Order: sequence, then C-alpha cells, then structure tokens
Amino acid sequence: MFKQKNYIALGAVALAALLIFSLPSSATIRLKLAIGSLFLPLFGLANAAQQLPVAAADSILPRRELLKKISALENENQQLRFEAMQANATERENEQLRAQLGWQKQTAWRMKLANVVMRDPANWWRTVQIDLGSRDGVRENLPVLTTDGLVGRVFSVNFARSQVVLVGDPNCKVSALVENSTHDMGILTASGPLDNSLVELSYLSGSANLKPGQNVISSGLGGIFPKGIPIGQIVDASPVEFGLYTAARVKLNVNLGSLEQVWVLFP
Amino acid sequence: MKALNTILILTAAFLAVFGEAVLPGFHNWLGAQIDLLPALMVYAALNAGTTAVTLLAIFGGLWFDALSANPLGVSILPLFTVGFPICWQRELILRDLPFAQFILGAAACAVAPVLSVLLLLTGGQQPLLGWGSLWQWLVMTAGGAAATPILFALFGWCDRALGYQPRTETSFRSDREIHRGRK
Repeated sequence: MFKQKNYIALGAVALAALLIFSLPSSATIRLKLAIGSLFLPLFGLANAAQQLPVAAADSILPRRELLKKISALENENQQLRFEAMQANATERENEQLRAQLGWQKQTAWRMKLANVVMRDPANWWRTVQIDLGSRDGVRENLPVLTTDGLVGRVFSVNFARSQVVLVGDPNCKVSALVENSTHDMGILTASGPLDNSLVELSYLSGSANLKPGQNVISSGLGGIFPKGIPIGQIVDASPVEFGLYTAARVKLNVNLGSLEQVWVLFP
Repeated sequence: MKALNTILILTAAFLAVFGEAVLPGFHNWLGAQIDLLPALMVYAALNAGTTAVTLLAIFGGLWFDALSANPLGVSILPLFTVGFPICWQRELILRDLPFAQFILGAAACAVAPVLSVLLLLTGGQQPLLGWGSLWQWLVMTAGGAAATPILFALFGWCDRALGYQPRTETSFRSDREIHRGRK
C-alpha cells in the first residue's frame, strides 16, 4: 500500500530537484560554492593531518643530512642563477629584435603556486580543486600548469578555492601544435575515461607528417592558453573519416593522477 | 533513536563524499572511484525509513554535486530512485542477510551512476565516456556491493553502542509464582 508518507517524500524530492534545476546558472554556481564550503573544515583537518608526518620526519632528520641537502641546493641555485643570467640576456636581445621589427612586446608570465586539495568524486569528469580563489585574483579560464607542462584551465572560482578542469576532460579543449617540419595543428580532446595520461589530438590535416616522440605544445590559438606550453609527445597517429583528417594519441608530460602542486598562469 | 540514526546516516554520507574527493587511491589503483552513497541509501531504505531516504537523496546528492563538476542537483534523483523502491518494499526483503545486502548494494551501485550519466546526457552535458566506462561501472558496482554489508555491520555496531538495549527477559514469570502458606 502506498502510504501518505511516501507521497510526501516523492513530492519533497521532486520539489527540491525542480527548484534547483529552475535556478539561474549564476545562483546555481553560488549555491554550489556555498555547499562546497561546508567541507572547508574537513579540508583544513586533512591538510593538518598530511602535514603531521612531514613535520615528524623533519624533526628526526639528522643534521648531516640537512647540511648535505643545503650544499646540493646551493650548487643548484648557482647553476640556475647562471641560466637565469643567460635567459635575461636572451630576453633583452629578443626584446631589441622585436622592437627593431616593430613586433608587439611579449609580457612575462606571472604565476602563483597552488595546492591541489581534492579530485572530482565522479568518474565521468576530470577536475581537481586548488586552494587559490577569487581573493588571490584567480578568475575563470586561466591556464594551469606544472614545470612539466600543461595541466588544464580554471573552470569555476570560489572565494578561497577554484575548480580546474584537466586536459582530457570534455570541457577542456586545447588548440595544440606539433613541433615538426609542417607545424601541424589540431585540437586536444579526451581519449578515454581510464588512462588519464593519454589524450587525443584531433582535426590534424590528412597529410600531417606525424612521428612518435614529436613534441606537442599549445598553439596560442583560442585565447586561453599562451603559445609554447609543453603538452606531451605523439604516441601514434591514424587517419579518421576515410582520411579526411588525422587523429593522434598524445602522451601527456604531466602525470595528472599524482598532482600535488600546480601553477596558475596570470596574463 | 530514529533521529539519531538519520543523523548518523547523513554524517556518514558527508564523510563518504569528502573521502571520495580527497582519497584518490581507488581511482589511481583501479581506474575508478567507488561511490558509497548508493550503498548508504540501501542501508537507509532498509533500516531508517522514508524520511532518511529523502534527506539522504537531497543532501547526499547536493554534497556530491558540490564537489564534482556535475550540475547541482543531478545526483538527487538517481539516489532517490534507488532508495525509494527498496524502502517501499522493505517488508519483503530479508534485510539481515549479508547476501541480500550485497545484492541490493550491487544493484543500487550499478543503477545510480547509469541514471546520473543519463540525466547528464539529457541535460546536454558531455561526460567522459568510452569503453573504459564499462570497467569503471563494474568497479563501482563491485566496490559498492562489497561496502554495503560492511556499512550494515558498522551501523549495527553504532546502534548497539549508542542506542538503548532491550531489557533481557528472565524465565521467571511473576504471575506463575507459587504462594506458600495460608492466604
């Protein structure tokens, strides 16, 4: 028998779903962020719990080991300083040449380091959340990368956190360029839900000259990702739609499964 | 006691969603994250009642969607669709048998993600789908099925620890007392 309580339950769920679905998108985003902020204390606790073993390991590390590490870091620092000096000289030369040719001046990348605090619990999306938000100047569509290469773009922004949609998610399409003699260009799309180290480079021309191991970088087209961010290497390629265009599989430089810290790139 | 049970279920759902977002171990190891909400829904439907099922569907769904890229509210209907029929027909289900719990958990964990994806596709979204999704679905079903009897055992332990225990009956009946001597 169908009790009155069951009717009330059905009505309550239908009403809740209808109310949420009928909200304007701006209100839905705000509501989503407000509900997500309920988890902030737990994120704080998890972060503190993660720091505990690190702090414990730090306190028991012998002094000799620390001195050895400092010495190695000093050497690396000196090497990087030399490289920075060389890079500065090249940059000055580049600027002078650009000025002589009347080209637009290139702006240096401004970046902010962010910690990855959580991953998407749903298996059909590839997103992570970082601990930078609107208070840090983050806004939608900013590129996110690591020292290895492109990670994705900022999808939505909260006051203290942001959601980053990763390369390989259907919501993150990247215009990419293959570093070969013909500079073939295509669009990076998702390849499959299981292996997040492989993505598909589609819409390459039918006569694309692709070989395994060729580097793939962002092309700068599309207005979101600046040109030259490393993405990965070509694994293999095959003709699609009776040779109308070519699709290639690209192995990403960044291991998206073990992201801990990322850089948000400000224009 | 009923309210306490509902609060426990909602707390477990909150922690489960948080755990799924923070601990990517299963995702890195098996290629899929196990969703515990349908398994919790089976417990709520069999042991707590319609109110708990409704609250779990609404709040669990909202919490899950808030941490994922799902549009807000998409997970409410699949969770309720899984829980409501079980709750409605729970008198006919052998809820104390771990095998029944396992089967119901498997069914719930198999149906809920399929309904979510169907809702997403109906709403014009493009979730990440492919042949690998079949493997993910199997992992979610098997993982959720295995988790359901464990959840029942955990909640049973909580129930025994926090609830009033029924007074043990003695074999002595006062109405059958033999009075000796004169009245």
